[in-house]
Amino acid sequence: MVTTLEGVDVVTVGVGWTGGIIAAECSKEGLKVVGLERGRERGTADFSMVHDEYRYAVRYELMQDLSKETLTFRNNRKQRALPMRQLGSFLLGVGLGGAGTHWNGQTWRFLPYDFEIKTMTDKKYGANKLSADYTIQDWGITYDELEPYFDRFEKTIGLSGEDKNPFWGKRSSDFPTPPMKKTPILQRFEKAATNLGYSPFMMPSANLSEAYENPDGQKINACQYCGFCERFGCEYGAKTSPEITVVPTAKETGNYDVRFNSNVVEVMKEGDKVTGVRYYDTVTFEEFIQPANVVVLTSYVMNNAKLLMVSNIGQQYDPETGQGSLGKNYAYQILPGATGFFDEQMNTFMGAGALGMTIDDFNGDTFDHGDLDFIHGASLSSTQTGSRPILSNPTPPGTPSWGAEFKKASIENFTRTLSVGGQGASMPHKENFLGLDDTYKDIYGVPLLQLTYNFTDQDRALHSYITEKAAGIVKEMGAKTVAASGEITDYDIVPYQTTHNTGGTIMGADPATSVVNNFLQHWDAENLFVIGAGNFAHNGGYNPTGTVGALAYRCAEGIIRYSREGGSLV
Amino acid sequence: MAEKDKNFSRRDFLKTSGIATGALIGGGIIGGLIGANTNKQDNATDSSSSSGGTKEASSSIRGLTFFKSMADFEVLSQATERIFPEDDLGPGAIGLAVPYFIDNQLAGSYGENSKEYMQAPFAQGEPTQGYQSRLKRNEMFMQGIQLMQEEADSRFKTKFVDLEGEQMDEILTAFQENEIKMRGVESQFFFRLLRQATLEGAYADPIYGGNANMDGWQMKGFPGHQLAYIKDIESEDFVEIKPKSLGMNH
Repeated sequence: MVTTLEGVDVVTVGVGWTGGIIAAECSKEGLKVVGLERGRERGTADFSMVHDEYRYAVRYELMQDLSKETLTFRNNRKQRALPMRQLGSFLLGVGLGGAGTHWNGQTWRFLPYDFEIKTMTDKKYGANKLSADYTIQDWGITYDELEPYFDRFEKTIGLSGEDKNPFWGKRSSDFPTPPMKKTPILQRFEKAATNLGYSPFMMPSANLSEAYENPDGQKINACQYCGFCERFGCEYGAKTSPEITVVPTAKETGNYDVRFNSNVVEVMKEGDKVTGVRYYDTVTFEEFIQPANVVVLTSYVMNNAKLLMVSNIGQQYDPETGQGSLGKNYAYQILPGATGFFDEQMNTFMGAGALGMTIDDFNGDTFDHGDLDFIHGASLSSTQTGSRPILSNPTPPGTPSWGAEFKKASIENFTRTLSVGGQGASMPHKENFLGLDDTYKDIYGVPLLQLTYNFTDQDRALHSYITEKAAGIVKEMGAKTVAASGEITDYDIVPYQTTHNTGGTIMGADPATSVVNNFLQHWDAENLFVIGAGNFAHNGGYNPTGTVGALAYRCAEGIIRYSREGGSLV
Repeated sequence: MAEKDKNFSRRDFLKTSGIATGALIGGGIIGGLIGANTNKQDNATDSSSSSGGTKEASSSIRGLTFFKSMADFEVLSQATERIFPEDDLGPGAIGLAVPYFIDNQLAGSYGENSKEYMQAPFAQGEPTQGYQSRLKRNEMFMQGIQLMQEEADSRFKTKFVDLEGEQMDEILTAFQENEIKMRGVESQFFFRLLRQATLEGAYADPIYGGNANMDGWQMKGFPGHQLAYIKDIESEDFVEIKPKSLGMNH
């Protein structure tokens, strides 16, 4: 028995950054918006007892319950895909705010190079720099076109930073708030990087350096450096998140309603338009249809792709033929780095999620790749995010993993270890893609998403090059022992690496090779929009949220225009 | 022990993970994986301290919520103590009440795998595909502890808890190196779980029953639940702060 509800102008699937931005912008324009969120309501008041590593960081309090839904994984098409039964490699969020609640707040604009990577690589290095197996392509939008939307997102979140990076794109205005405090640990990195001839700068941070009121009138507080950001919510309302900014902005218009415990399982389509979504109440398992003039997929990378697949919207990518765009260009990130062991104790347990300094001297195409067998690179950062004792047990190479020697070394080095880590870009490869699993299902009987992914030669070359650079900086920082990353072999879904998954619902200028256009409007259904890091045609050397936020503002503009004029926006 | 000086499983795990040495990505936490490769013998401690939690945070009555036999609980206690032994820095797993912490966790959602995808079919996969067992964690612990007892019996003709420290280490190392045949799970997976649970019990907030007297935090220089460090974040010197538990505020 399905209940059909009264129609609305816009329905969003998921209420994190993208769902919140769409809601705020559309409801301000008078559109009636409903956000369907499968998790619960939550906010700053729920985090008064959040300084709890065990509950939040180890047992994943804010993350998706995999007993209800997960994905299946294999390294290549010959393997049998099996469920990711426990969280590991990446952490999927759930609940109001989504991953925008448990994020660190490191907020970047992708480089101008990223948006035109194919054109610029071919121009500089010739068409054969990478083999045809790498499916890099331009994004169908330039940095300059996206700049106003970056600016908009940064003003909404009050981003703290300094415009001192010679390699990033031109900014139309300065950071809304000044950079965070440059602590002794960061100064150590700054000095070493400067000595080596690099250009260090304070990492752009959404843990705000001072109290701020955004253009919508929402107030964000100043960070207290408590050291509990990643995997935690902020009890101070000082780590910008959707539930303290765009969601209240939308609610204040009177045109917005969030419906919790609402798990969407299908996008309904008739002809070349979508008509709404079908969802389950996760408590009662009642089934509803929410009709809408515009449907916006605003859940995570994985679920956005899955919903299009189970709803048969768009052409599924086929690695055999290279045809189809849905599920294509899934990319992850490569994590080169090095750890240094020092003599003196440092306040490593203090910090904030985006408290760090970075260099871009080896990111994008800021250095010459003529003699290198890879493209792109990595941002290299030293962050002081707040070390916690369960998950941080650093020991020098050669130390046993348990017993007396382990105990002594892990206690000794907890406050005597610093790292320089790279976020390595990941280039899409024809064998890395998302599909639907034909065996395993979620609790609603819907097939699980299937991930086929492995590291490539490009990844391995990038990793080993950047690791050497990271080790050089750590050495210059004065470490008595430097432990550099080992070489990467096959991707392993077990240990945590990064939640920067991208691709699968990529944007572009050509319907044959992309899922959505540069307003994130679906090529096959003009009233369907899909937003998220899934839009990225490859993965860059930064955290994705800044670019996702910019794309969401661009999409909001598109939806408002579509609502007035209809038709294709490009 | 010389021939057991390697930890293949751990090394392979590091190799395939591609994150061998603790670069902090997005604040990611992989420091714990650094350089773990050998299990050298040590003599910093012996295991003669009595089993079952010698020192606890409070004088309240303590009981077992998952284990039904004190004998099994004592095997667990001694195994965790070998992983995290008492030394001149401070208490080991038993002194920190880690065994009670683990007992509690095994009785709850951790032990029952309530947030894990446990639907069939179960199939053996590649190591890169992760955990594919139909066993729940508390079933793995029960089986692992019984096998420790059996190993003690077959190797040394005595009870696990009566072994010398080095003999216990030999058995634990055999688990770690996947030499023990377990049903439905590989012994290296169980060992990794046991090691991780021991560290969790040593360093989690005492509200969960381990980290007695916050001694785990005290040893490590971690102040636990502090409201803010904004006043100290720019300090050039290491700041020693008396640890605080979430339970002390409410």
